[in-house]
Amino acid sequence: MQLMKLPWLKPEKPIPLDVHVIWLPDGMSCDGDTVSVTAAEQPPIEDLILGNIPGIPKVVLHNRVLAYEQGGDNFMDWLYKAEKGKLEPFVLVIEGSIPNEKIKQEGYWTGIGNHPDGQPITLTEWIDRLAPKAFAVIAVGTCATYGGIHAMAGNPTGSMGLADYLGWKWRSWAGVPIINVPGCPVQPDNMTETLLYLLYQAAQMAPMIPLDENLRPTWLFGKTVHEGCDRAGYYEQGDFAHEYGSQKCLVKLGCWGPVVNCNVTKRGWMRGIGGCPNVGGICIACTMPGFPDKVMPFMDEPPGARLSAVGATVYGGVIRTLRQITNSGINKEPKWRHTGKKLTTGYESTNYVTGRDGRQ
Amino acid sequence: MTTMTTAERELQTGKRTLVEMNWDPVTRIVGSLGIYTKIDFQNREVAECYSTSSMFRGYSVFMKNKDPRDAPFITSRICGICGDNHATCAVYAQNMACGMQTPNTGEWIINLGEAAEYMFDHNIFQDNLVGVDFCEQMVKETNPSVWAKAQRTPSPNGDKHGYRTIADIMTSLNPFTGEFYLKALQMSRLTREMFCLMEGRHVHPSTLYPGGTGTVATIQLFTDFLVRLMKYIDFMKECVPLHDDLFNFFYEALPGYEKVGQRRVLLGCWGAWNNPDECDYTYKKMSKWGKEMYVTPGVIVDGELVTNDLVDINLGLRILLGSSYYEDWKDKEVFVKKDPLGNSVDQRHPWNQTTTPKPQKRDFQGNYSWVMSPRWYHDKTGEYLALDTGGGPIARLWATALSGLVDIGYVKAHKGKSVTITLPKTVGHPEMELEWRIPKWSNAIERDRARTYFQAYAAAAAMYFVEKAIDQVHKGHTKTWAPFEVPEEAIGCGFHEAVRGVLSHHVVIRERRIANYHPYPPTPWNASPRDVYGTPGPYEDAVQKTPIFEENGPDKFKGVDIMRAVRSFDPCLPCGVHMYLGPGKVLQTQHSPIFGMMGK
Repeated sequence: MQLMKLPWLKPEKPIPLDVHVIWLPDGMSCDGDTVSVTAAEQPPIEDLILGNIPGIPKVVLHNRVLAYEQGGDNFMDWLYKAEKGKLEPFVLVIEGSIPNEKIKQEGYWTGIGNHPDGQPITLTEWIDRLAPKAFAVIAVGTCATYGGIHAMAGNPTGSMGLADYLGWKWRSWAGVPIINVPGCPVQPDNMTETLLYLLYQAAQMAPMIPLDENLRPTWLFGKTVHEGCDRAGYYEQGDFAHEYGSQKCLVKLGCWGPVVNCNVTKRGWMRGIGGCPNVGGICIACTMPGFPDKVMPFMDEPPGARLSAVGATVYGGVIRTLRQITNSGINKEPKWRHTGKKLTTGYESTNYVTGRDGRQ
Repeated sequence: MTTMTTAERELQTGKRTLVEMNWDPVTRIVGSLGIYTKIDFQNREVAECYSTSSMFRGYSVFMKNKDPRDAPFITSRICGICGDNHATCAVYAQNMACGMQTPNTGEWIINLGEAAEYMFDHNIFQDNLVGVDFCEQMVKETNPSVWAKAQRTPSPNGDKHGYRTIADIMTSLNPFTGEFYLKALQMSRLTREMFCLMEGRHVHPSTLYPGGTGTVATIQLFTDFLVRLMKYIDFMKECVPLHDDLFNFFYEALPGYEKVGQRRVLLGCWGAWNNPDECDYTYKKMSKWGKEMYVTPGVIVDGELVTNDLVDINLGLRILLGSSYYEDWKDKEVFVKKDPLGNSVDQRHPWNQTTTPKPQKRDFQGNYSWVMSPRWYHDKTGEYLALDTGGGPIARLWATALSGLVDIGYVKAHKGKSVTITLPKTVGHPEMELEWRIPKWSNAIERDRARTYFQAYAAAAAMYFVEKAIDQVHKGHTKTWAPFEVPEEAIGCGFHEAVRGVLSHHVVIRERRIANYHPYPPTPWNASPRDVYGTPGPYEDAVQKTPIFEENGPDKFKGVDIMRAVRSFDPCLPCGVHMYLGPGKVLQTQHSPIFGMMGK
């Protein structure tokens, strides 16, 4: 097994006992991924914080929602320490879409802490300061990974995903790519398990985290919703639901499960309970780069569904090919999620868009 | 206590030494909030307070021209802890706009999901976020004398919750190590499992649709819910007495503590849980079916019920620009001139709002927040009232008690007086009756106390909903969703209680698309900045004049009393809250000219 070679493996830098996690839910976010993680049980967040899993470093978590500090400087100090390289090694977690702060002349879309002049420090400034110092950077939730809801057509903030901002080829100083754990919100265990993997990696007990071309952990996102769905039997028999509340297959009512990379139907939401199509909720492709624009309106039948639903009884290979085409379509973000000074989402601002130059 | 105008305050303050103290971001809440204060340490009082929000996301902007059926899915993403409240409220608004009614069983499923949300969310906030302000570690660091007294004070309800002294309760609340803290965290997971049974996923539901739910109504579904509910009810029988002991102790240990976070009683509640036998989602009958909700709507001014009629509540809504970063819409399109009953609708009503963001520098003497200022227009007095929700429960219990309409066995409202909650026998405890009485004050401690009682209320109401739902399944009524067509043109509104208070959604549909959509969750009400009339928002108002009991001076000041005041509102600003605790900058010792310049 190829283990990562990290600087602290040298005699003077032993495997760390603590790994700080600087978690900023300060993108365009609802804090839903932070809240989601408090529901995790495989592993639970307290097991990581209290060091209840043998052999791996303890997590020292800095997240404003779960902090002991009252806030302000007492909380912000951790960010300044990380910036100065005093918290090595640390993992940076970004939650929420990354707004484009360059499309306007002044003000802020989202920030945390203040400059000496009293104006907020924007999230993108914090990413610029902290990402180069982090051992690994995780984008949690679909907003941070690919832009998500706030990057919808017509949005006024020019929001995008972290990899759109930092670059898809970005690597940490330790050689780790951005790790995307999508989901709206993230499935609780998917996030804590990814964190756990990184702790094993930091302790030299695991090889480089395996990621797909959209930077998702492969063991979590390698299969489709449909492949794990307990309603797939109805699909196979061509027996479809025509009203919500039915226990049959939902593809004719807007379910994108056949072409969406997600394990929720296998894992459930919590302790195997809940999920999406398995419990009567159409899959709206909330883990995908093309979410939400490419799957709206959500309650309409997906364009490829008619053909593949008819063909289900005919020939599996044809279906797989057709699905791959649809799958690769929603595995791409819409073209307006980008850096630069120009807002191309379709929103017409009367008071702030400079529009002087195009994409960077 | 009244809301003083800035001019009055100026006269009363005179010369004093003020220290600037800011908390940005405020921790242990959801979202981005900043609290900026000036503190008079000599007189141990907060002299001035501003609240600011550090985020703008633009829902009302990008929802334009989208399919109205998508609204529940999109608006859920407004909030990461009570997103389902938005999805539910959006379903209510779409039901009205599209002229449909959720089938009986579907409505019970939604009610059960929302009950589980209240049980979960109040639980995790109370004991994993707010509770830290009352834990051993915090009390030792801020008020050593209170800690010493807590060690000597036996718990009056010790036989019910098992903690011998108040200090034992505080120890059990230490973060990540305290016994009760960890138990509450486990309960927050159990209740989210209950939620997922009904609405699929937490926090953005998968099974809610305009017209009902996709959840399959089976005997197993309700059994799985009920067995978990009984565990939670058992827990409530320890949780409520424990918090009564803890909160009563603070009044006793720190005389005058009732002034922390106190403000005039100006409460709003928009009602929760529809009765499917009464609610047809028509605007014309909204006055009637609103009063059949299992939490009664109400506007309360100085302890008096002004109205419990959803049509009155709707027509009184006003969105004032305040000190926020938006352009005015006074010359923009009027979408709705008259409501379906023929009443005039104001230009500043959410139906007629046009949101145009205008990013700019933060200026506390000008514009300083991404939050606008929702107010309720009291036509009898001509006041634009800065109603608060008190974090939800205190307003819900107060409004329900004043109206005296709810009577479902497990929960009964006693008009003008109290609400009783009857919890059936469970594995660890016999049947228990709890009574929440209308308190003397709207303050931090009573907001926190009401939260615990409302957890029990939600559990008791869920007992009733489960029984009704199983009865429907026994009768073979398993339909949970009703088909519908989106009309060419329509308007709709939804009224609900998000976990932390009033929630409304207003939609205008044209050419089968969204022409205008404005959600108003509780936090804009509570966290709003000074409005165009100079009236401070509720946080600002509640923190100003708050006495300081913390024993630390400016150098080690944590601001625990201020934070207890702010957190009692259960701030939730996935639209804006940051906390910055600087070392403290002494302002000039003089009559501060900044006072009186707050409005515009």
